[in-house]
Amino acid sequence: MPETPAGFTAARHSRRRFLGYLVAAPVLVTAAQLELRLPAGAKSLRLAGSPGAAGAGGPSAMTPVASAPQVADIVDLGDLLILACLPTDYMIKVTVQTDGTVLFDMPREENGQGISTGVAMLIADEMDVALDAVVVTLADAQPSLLFNQITGGSSSMRTLYQPVRTAAALARQRLVGAAAREWGLPAGSLTVSEGVVRGPAGRSATFGELSPLAAGSRDAAVQVTPKDPSEYKLVGTPVPQRSALDIVTGRQLYATDLDIPDAKPTMVRRAPTQRGALVGFANPDAVKAMPGILDVAALPFGVAVRGETFGQVMDAVNAVEATFTAGPVAGLDDEAIFEQLKAAAVPLAVPDVPGVDAAQLRSIDLEFEWSYVNHAPLEPNVAIADVRPDRAEIWGPLQNPIVTLQEIAAATGLKQSAVTVHVTRGGGSFGRTLWFDAALEAAQISKAMGKPVKLMWHRTNDMRQSRGHPPTYHRLRANIAGGSVLSYEHRVSAVQTAVNPGLGEAMSYAAYRAPYGETGYDLTLFNTTVTCPYNFGVVTEVLDELDIRLWTSSWRSVYSYDTRCSEEIMVDQIAAAMGQDPLAFRLAFLKDDRMKALLEKVAEEGDWGRTMPAGTAQGLCANSRDRGYGACLAEVDATDPANPRVTRAVIAVDAVLPVNPMSIEAQQIGGLSDAISVVFSASNPMRDGLPVPDGWDQFGQTRQGQYPMEVKVFVMPRDGDLPAGIGESGVPNTAGAIANAYIRATGKVPARFPVNPVTITDTTPAGQIATQDSGPIPGRFRYDY
Amino acid sequence: MTHYSFNVNGTDYTVDVPGDLRFLWVLRDVLGLTGTKYGCGMHECRACTALAVDEPGSTLNPIPFATCSTPVSDVAGRNVITIEGLAHGDQLSPVHQAWLEVDVPQCGYCQGGQILCATGLLAANPNPTDADIDQILNICRCGTYYRIREAIKLAAKKINGA
Repeated sequence: MPETPAGFTAARHSRRRFLGYLVAAPVLVTAAQLELRLPAGAKSLRLAGSPGAAGAGGPSAMTPVASAPQVADIVDLGDLLILACLPTDYMIKVTVQTDGTVLFDMPREENGQGISTGVAMLIADEMDVALDAVVVTLADAQPSLLFNQITGGSSSMRTLYQPVRTAAALARQRLVGAAAREWGLPAGSLTVSEGVVRGPAGRSATFGELSPLAAGSRDAAVQVTPKDPSEYKLVGTPVPQRSALDIVTGRQLYATDLDIPDAKPTMVRRAPTQRGALVGFANPDAVKAMPGILDVAALPFGVAVRGETFGQVMDAVNAVEATFTAGPVAGLDDEAIFEQLKAAAVPLAVPDVPGVDAAQLRSIDLEFEWSYVNHAPLEPNVAIADVRPDRAEIWGPLQNPIVTLQEIAAATGLKQSAVTVHVTRGGGSFGRTLWFDAALEAAQISKAMGKPVKLMWHRTNDMRQSRGHPPTYHRLRANIAGGSVLSYEHRVSAVQTAVNPGLGEAMSYAAYRAPYGETGYDLTLFNTTVTCPYNFGVVTEVLDELDIRLWTSSWRSVYSYDTRCSEEIMVDQIAAAMGQDPLAFRLAFLKDDRMKALLEKVAEEGDWGRTMPAGTAQGLCANSRDRGYGACLAEVDATDPANPRVTRAVIAVDAVLPVNPMSIEAQQIGGLSDAISVVFSASNPMRDGLPVPDGWDQFGQTRQGQYPMEVKVFVMPRDGDLPAGIGESGVPNTAGAIANAYIRATGKVPARFPVNPVTITDTTPAGQIATQDSGPIPGRFRYDY
Repeated sequence: MTHYSFNVNGTDYTVDVPGDLRFLWVLRDVLGLTGTKYGCGMHECRACTALAVDEPGSTLNPIPFATCSTPVSDVAGRNVITIEGLAHGDQLSPVHQAWLEVDVPQCGYCQGGQILCATGLLAANPNPTDADIDQILNICRCGTYYRIREAIKLAAKKINGA
């Protein structure tokens, strides 16, 4: 359980007024109309670098040289998304039903990160209704929302926080006002709890009864003052995910569970190289004659097969005889990719350091290769499509449903108003469903076959022809003199990441696809998410991307996990070069007091410096991202170098305004699993233009046996008025500690991550999909059933 | 095509399908029981776990098996419990209760399989150690492993009446 004190500390009174928006409707519908102004989250813009700031007993020899703030310290990705959402925040509506329930049709995707629960908590707290009275649904694609229907960059609670609580506050104000009018009493004499307004002499009315009286007769902007965060009772307390009961009883529906009439199982025979295009399909009649097969269709991305059951469709997919173009990455393997990345790395350019004797300068150089890593959500790429001559209906887990709708309209020749896109709860994503590949394919297949289809990718295809975090090469150099770091340079040379389809709608996606458009988006994302949190003098971090057409997408934390983990390894190496303890060094050189507090917390709770047996060690890291902060102490057992294990992890996280500590903890324990995967085992090595792994075992996914038996997560109490993002950060908050513990345990700095990829001797042939017969049901419980 | 008969969650079914059709697709595509999930079709992730049991609709002697790679011919004549059938009406199992108290699920897609695996484990081994739990192979891509471990220990306590 998250350990968060029951009450808030450090509460500040800063009741700010916002414009709410009253929507004309028979029942009460309210929204927010927020001013266009710079977000107030830039408070970490300050230089902390007081020399020798390690506190009592700290090593005085360390004299940090203050570093200038980087872009992300001033404006981060979430700040930009908050700005992008402002013009349409008046469309973020809550509706009070006559039965007292409060509806919020959330224009975001729920993938289990917990935002449906977090937003419901916010509405319940602001309105004084029971949490159970708030119903949160996932909104259909609504193009008029423009940039306000993106789920990504850990931005959801940040972009929804002000509009949702403003709309909720206006609803409460209108309901109380209606009761006051009815009863002829001043609003100030009335109280509200659990959705009931009460007045003197036992008067009471429910929100449901009051809603029609409080409803607006015309649209109007109304001034409203949401509660000060210190007044929240539910926000800041641990609340279980609201869909948990449906999940554990098997009732939670995902896209392929929907009973859409005639949407039959459909799968695609894909090219043996990434982005190969279909040239010929030799045996359509033979495939169509197979048992249970109903339709086949040849499309640019492969041969689609539709049938009665997925089992029969899978057999038919393997029976397809098809030829494909070689595609833009044919013949490419890991060795050639990393050679190109190294050759392209932007040179290091140490500036002259005036007044420093060259003999005193010492350089520390590091370089790392990070592997191509699949998103691999457990629910593979899926979508249901029913495309008719005059209309189309789509269902799927989609983080960018607006551009999905618009691209499907373009691909099917339909008007946008004739296309409906329903967003379903996703079975994991980690950035995968920022892209709408499955939905677009399903629409094209449905149009070609003239029938509804339930498209699902086979796991082998999801591993090989889907998207992933691109391979990257990192070159780092620190120049130190005495107890100071004078300069720190970090060059990231990467295969291009397809970060996001623009800002999630057609116009910005067109700009994204224009020449150099992708590069512009990528550099913006890198610069607004990656920042070095240390006073390392002159700091330069540069991204250079190569136009190698691997399938990629933003992967949980995007550029951060490999960049920040590489940097945290450098931090340990600098500390070692100065003869300093990694904790004392970080406390002296970190800019931000919040991160120092987190490090002290994990060091104390994790017993930093305790005696460890040979082959085992502790490691530390600190991180900031999405206006939040994290630190981790990890212990690694590397006595079997071929099978290193994180045995224990202590994580502390500062979300500034923690909405739901239980889901913040969940994001951190999940981020830790991702960090273990990318540092130790998970990769999609390329061979002949295709990733080799055909499934989970060859990919190297972390399982229970690789996850620590002991994990503690400390969620810091509220210390600010705006929530930070907490999903992406789970990986960079922990990866550096794992890598540093491994290095301290083995005495070796790895050149390549993951350090122990799976050795693959035999795999499913390129283009084919794998099936398995596990034999009869076991006679007794077996772990490997 | 041959007829195959079996019992799922207390209901008898007879289906007319090829004998090598994996049982997952009989559940999902033929019977419309969608609680059991596809994660790989390769006997690797075990999202597709169901339980073979002694009596129709009971959870006596539950043995987990991977439906994605078990042909329907191997299920003929057997009694099966899927995640939809683990609760008796509104009465949740101790494993369910532990899962809710610990708030295990994130995306939830693998959790039915995790819960059924844990149910089989606890029936065979009422006091699993950390080393026992380490041997579970079910993949959770969201990384809920720590809460799964906690929930299994809590469920063991509930079952043993501690």
